[in-house]
Amino acid sequence: MTIRSSVETAAISTAAVLVALLLFGGFAAARGLDPLEVYRVLYVGAFGTWFAVQNTLTQAAPLMLTALCTAVPARAGLLVIGGEGALVIGGLATVLAGVPLAGAPAPLGIALLCAAGAVAGGLWVGAAGALRHWRGVNETISTLLLNYIAIAVLNHLITGPIRDFAQVLKPASWSLGEHLRIGDVPGTSVHWGLAFGVAACALLWVLMRRTTFGFAVDILGGNVRAARMAGLPVGAMVLVACFLGGAAAGLAGAVEVVAVHGFASSSLVVGYGYAGILVAFLARQNPLAIVFVSVLLGGISASGGLLQRRFGLPDAATLVLRGLLFVAVLASTTLYGRLRVFRRP
Amino acid sequence: MTSLTPPATPPAVEVIGMTKRFGDLRALDDVSLTLAPGSFHAILGQNGAGKSTLVKCIMGYHRPDAGRLLVDGHEHVVVNPRQAHALGFGMVYQHFTLVPSMSAAENLILGRADLPAVIRWAEERARLEAFQRRMPFTLDLDRPVAGLAAGQKQKLEILKQLFLGRRVLILDEPTSVLTPDEADQVLGILRELTAENRLSVLIITHKFREALAFAREVTVLRAGRRVGGGPVAGLSRPDLVRMMIGSAALAEPATRAARPGGAVALELETLTVRNDKGLLAVRDASGVVRAGEIVGVAGVSGNGQRELVEVLAGQREPESGAIRVRGEAYRRTRTDMRRHGVFVLTEEPLHNSCVRGMSVAENLAFRTFDEPANTRGGWLVSRRALRRQARSLIDAYGIRTQGPDTRLEALSGGNVQRTVLARELSGDVAVLIAQNPCAGLDVAATAEIRNRIMAARNAGAAVLLLSEDLDELLELADRIVVMFEGRFVYETPRDGADLHTIGHHMASHP
Repeated sequence: MTIRSSVETAAISTAAVLVALLLFGGFAAARGLDPLEVYRVLYVGAFGTWFAVQNTLTQAAPLMLTALCTAVPARAGLLVIGGEGALVIGGLATVLAGVPLAGAPAPLGIALLCAAGAVAGGLWVGAAGALRHWRGVNETISTLLLNYIAIAVLNHLITGPIRDFAQVLKPASWSLGEHLRIGDVPGTSVHWGLAFGVAACALLWVLMRRTTFGFAVDILGGNVRAARMAGLPVGAMVLVACFLGGAAAGLAGAVEVVAVHGFASSSLVVGYGYAGILVAFLARQNPLAIVFVSVLLGGISASGGLLQRRFGLPDAATLVLRGLLFVAVLASTTLYGRLRVFRRP
Repeated sequence: MTSLTPPATPPAVEVIGMTKRFGDLRALDDVSLTLAPGSFHAILGQNGAGKSTLVKCIMGYHRPDAGRLLVDGHEHVVVNPRQAHALGFGMVYQHFTLVPSMSAAENLILGRADLPAVIRWAEERARLEAFQRRMPFTLDLDRPVAGLAAGQKQKLEILKQLFLGRRVLILDEPTSVLTPDEADQVLGILRELTAENRLSVLIITHKFREALAFAREVTVLRAGRRVGGGPVAGLSRPDLVRMMIGSAALAEPATRAARPGGAVALELETLTVRNDKGLLAVRDASGVVRAGEIVGVAGVSGNGQRELVEVLAGQREPESGAIRVRGEAYRRTRTDMRRHGVFVLTEEPLHNSCVRGMSVAENLAFRTFDEPANTRGGWLVSRRALRRQARSLIDAYGIRTQGPDTRLEALSGGNVQRTVLARELSGDVAVLIAQNPCAGLDVAATAEIRNRIMAARNAGAAVLLLSEDLDELLELADRIVVMFEGRFVYETPRDGADLHTIGHHMASHP
């Protein structure tokens, strides 16, 4: 990636975000609000105070992982939108693995729980990759449908086989033992999932951008015929890319369980998977950019509560902003290579 | 009903000072030509010379930036193809525009612009038959077009234009999918119609033979400008070549080193392959290519050549049969490709063998990025090593690019082809599979690529060359095999190869 194209990416992405904000300002104005005041509250709610920043980072952590679920297969030319399902399956696997691991010592037990979540998520999306490679099933459709299946499996299990009847507010699974929970990064209220997210992004950046595997995946993503002609093992690469993406989202589910809830419930299905798709597109499938975009999107989610309280906007207002962002970013991708400023001399 | 009462003779057409710019590129620069009634005029030029741009300006697909079009002395501004049709201009392309499932008669009638809502078929049939009696050739009008041979289809295209009342016919490389015999027939018909003053013909071609044998006038374009032309009678082939390529020197024709027959390098045994539709495209193909030998495969496009290359390149699974390289079963994996030195020059490299969004250096490294010289620790790709490799290949193969980091899509077609050539020929080539390696390239690039292929052969590579260009096969191949409907139907050594016999087998007349 040359400097010129990095600048182009940054400029176009920033412009897309600004356009979305402008449109959201119009939405606020239509409700009789002062757009500038809305922007200010949005900023304060996301980054204005230490409390807000911690809240933002907490929201950003799962987004980094679910975004990888779209970004990694995307480099192999696949459009995977199964982050939501992989996250749910990862969370469920973590709870189930907690049974045999109940007596394990904490560090090992937690590592194994997270591994269980990641592997489960990886196999879940990997199945879509296998369907794609051997049966020609469109991976976008299959991962979308797998999301519904995952949520149905979750609902089935937490309302029956693994329900904890002590939980009365809503159906939930058994809880993990206290010693298998991980807490917050010391001195903050941000849980350790953030570190997992940043580490996974960094690791996958190296893998996708620096290794021979990443180079081979780029050929595959650019032109499958060229990849076959170079003798690359296309099927294996599709499976690995899907597995890695699914594993990241599965890890997000594991983190939600070990770090946040302690059990599996409908709290796993809050749209992190779908927001991750948005993050991946905003970051143009670059794992490092995902870290920053997740923080931005996390900030928007974090400030939702404040927007709601200050202006009496419905909670869905932040979804409106998110949707506007998505459309603006998708539309902006048509600008690449068209702007004279960024053309080669 | 204007189309049914056409003027009996074609109009006089004059193109004056036609100019068309695309951005900074002058695709067409002040080109003029005259088409007297009944003339047969050929436009020659290399790729990018502006031939297609010129006819597209005449037909109204492009709006010229300057220039005038006079028809019978009256100026016309043509802004869309429909207006051109109304002036009596018709276009025939290299690929067919007929509906394959319909009969020839239906195809002719449905082309009419003023088709009534209810077609009186009996009336139309009578009119068609009357029309066909006036033509110098007949076609079976009731057969579905899908069952017609390529030459018949091209004749039907011409018939359709005449039926629609077009009196000035513009043909864009109309013979490229035809056998030499079919091409001669089609061009002969056009020649006859122009001689009878029923038609004027403007034909784009890159085949000197056709221009010299059939056209009466010729215009040569180079880099958007008219660089020569006039009555064909006063011109020779060397004249035309000189005009087309200008001062650029052509590479010397490839010299063939005498070689004793080498060991068998590539062997096909009853190879059978299905195409995308699941139909048999290659049937029981068997044969060998020896080291230091070029085996040319002739055939009209669409007789299984593409599928054969795809199987050998690893892009398609064979149905049955075996491929052996140097006596061992060839599994088409990266390991096998490397161990046996198998390389492929595909047609349409941007579609088949390159990634347009990756840089020149990256595209050059598809075969070598995981070799020790290009990695650190065996699994990290060294960008510096890739760039270094690219720089030496760019120099050695004369790839015109701003640098190794330029995206491949920014390169011209010829330079993309050179990039692939550099990648596929710079290794240790034991087996080379090449399909139409010079298609769409200009005379200079073609000469260079043919030289490189010959050099690989002289260095001991076994070359399987599939080409639609018989001249290319006759120049390069040691043996020529004809492929028809997926089978190898005829084989001849280079010495004693006869163009017409080969042509007959291409059209399946044994």
